Amino acid sequence: MRRGFAALFLGLSLALAASPLRLATTTSVHDSGLLDAILPGFTAETGIPVEVIAVGTGQALAIAGRGDADAVLVHAPALEAQFLKEKKGVLHTCIAKNRFLIVGPPQDPAGVRWETNVLNALRKIYLKGALFVSRGDNSGTHKKELELWQAAGLDPRGQPWYLESGSGMGATLVLASEKGAYTLTDLGTFLFMREKVRLEALFDRDDPRMINQYSYMAVNPERFPWVRFEAAKKLRDYLLRPEVQETIANYLKERFGQSLFEPLHGRCLIPVP
Amino acid sequence: MNEILEITLRSLLVSGSATLLAALFGLPLGIWLGARARPQRLAASLLYAGMGLPPVVVGLLFYFLLSRSGPLGSLGLLYSIPGMVLAESVLAFPLIAGFAMAGVAAKAEPVRRLVKSLGGSELQVHLTLLAESRRVVVAALAAGFGAVISEVGAVTIVGGDIRHATRVLTTAVVIETRKGELERAAALGVVLLGVTLLVTAILVVFGDREAP
Repeated sequence: MRRGFAALFLGLSLALAASPLRLATTTSVHDSGLLDAILPGFTAETGIPVEVIAVGTGQALAIAGRGDADAVLVHAPALEAQFLKEKKGVLHTCIAKNRFLIVGPPQDPAGVRWETNVLNALRKIYLKGALFVSRGDNSGTHKKELELWQAAGLDPRGQPWYLESGSGMGATLVLASEKGAYTLTDLGTFLFMREKVRLEALFDRDDPRMINQYSYMAVNPERFPWVRFEAAKKLRDYLLRPEVQETIANYLKERFGQSLFEPLHGRCLIPVP
Repeated sequence: MNEILEITLRSLLVSGSATLLAALFGLPLGIWLGARARPQRLAASLLYAGMGLPPVVVGLLFYFLLSRSGPLGSLGLLYSIPGMVLAESVLAFPLIAGFAMAGVAAKAEPVRRLVKSLGGSELQVHLTLLAESRRVVVAALAAGFGAVISEVGAVTIVGGDIRHATRVLTTAVVIETRKGELERAAALGVVLLGVTLLVTAILVVFGDREAP
């Protein structure tokens, strides 16, 4: 028994010695398994283990903004700009992108599938009063949805057909499917869930408004002196390497017949000042 | 190592340590309160109310305490197993102390009368109660353990559900559900139920053994 405790204690102290890099990120990159495909290579090369905390973008930035993570990988340019302005983050780097889609029931009661403009698609949902599920959790996807409603000049909050799920993208898709509702989703999570839900991609077009851009930031060591800044910098450089960007581009491409993520090689499509 | 086994062992480590830590303080307090001659209404109210402590609120409290920007930040305990144990022990404490108090109080009067009639002191009353309370202790430990191993709010906030570091059975069920891996989530749920049943059964058997 005593030996067991000694072993446990030894294990704990070893775990503390190889102190890992803590990455706060969004559920979409984590739940898709992308990080499991690229992080082991980083750890093997540098000896730095990476601990991933997968939450919504809003929560990831809140965690990092108290110095409780060393780096973030998130997708809400407006929130990222705010994070940089508050001097909480540094080394903002665009890593990859995909797109947002509007999905909904195959019957498509609001006729979204014939729309070529996403704002008009939302206006149709609004006028029809068709059920719409919002994430309602301050995630990157939720932020994007609010931006779109605002750009369309509409405020759906408080409408009886506007449901806020307060949960992750996967759970929100299941909810939308059960209710026969529309929702805004990122491409990756939808491809993963497509077999499990009765939802179709109804607005899936190359629209600059629907770009979903994932960025990496290190937490500012001047503000939070305990963060592992050197390790965070190494991870940024690693993510930008051509072969790693290639891995990102090909991740599950065969399974889904299209790329889940397209590499950005550090070049942002949506500027983050 | 098989990941489900790893997660199960981590759940047992966190919940077991938290139960023991809470018992270290909760059992003596509960037995002492239960053995007192006068009913302890204020303590009872506080402990019984504490049984309903919302795990998410306790988790959030520990998040602020243990955060690097918080008062205990320098310990670096946020998103670690010791941090999770601390939060869980706070949740288990009122259950363990409350159950111990209620169980002991039910026996206190007859035992006191008997010991006093045999000429025993108040200290001997307490010692006799302790010896007679094996089953009460088991019920208290089972209640505390059952509450913390099945709890998801506090471990998510304080542990962060980090794979190979702080993921436990309940948070694993949440994430597999979120990923749409419902079969895997269900399997983990069955493991969680099985582990809880097994540990409780071991406690009960231990409690029923004849004292030496």
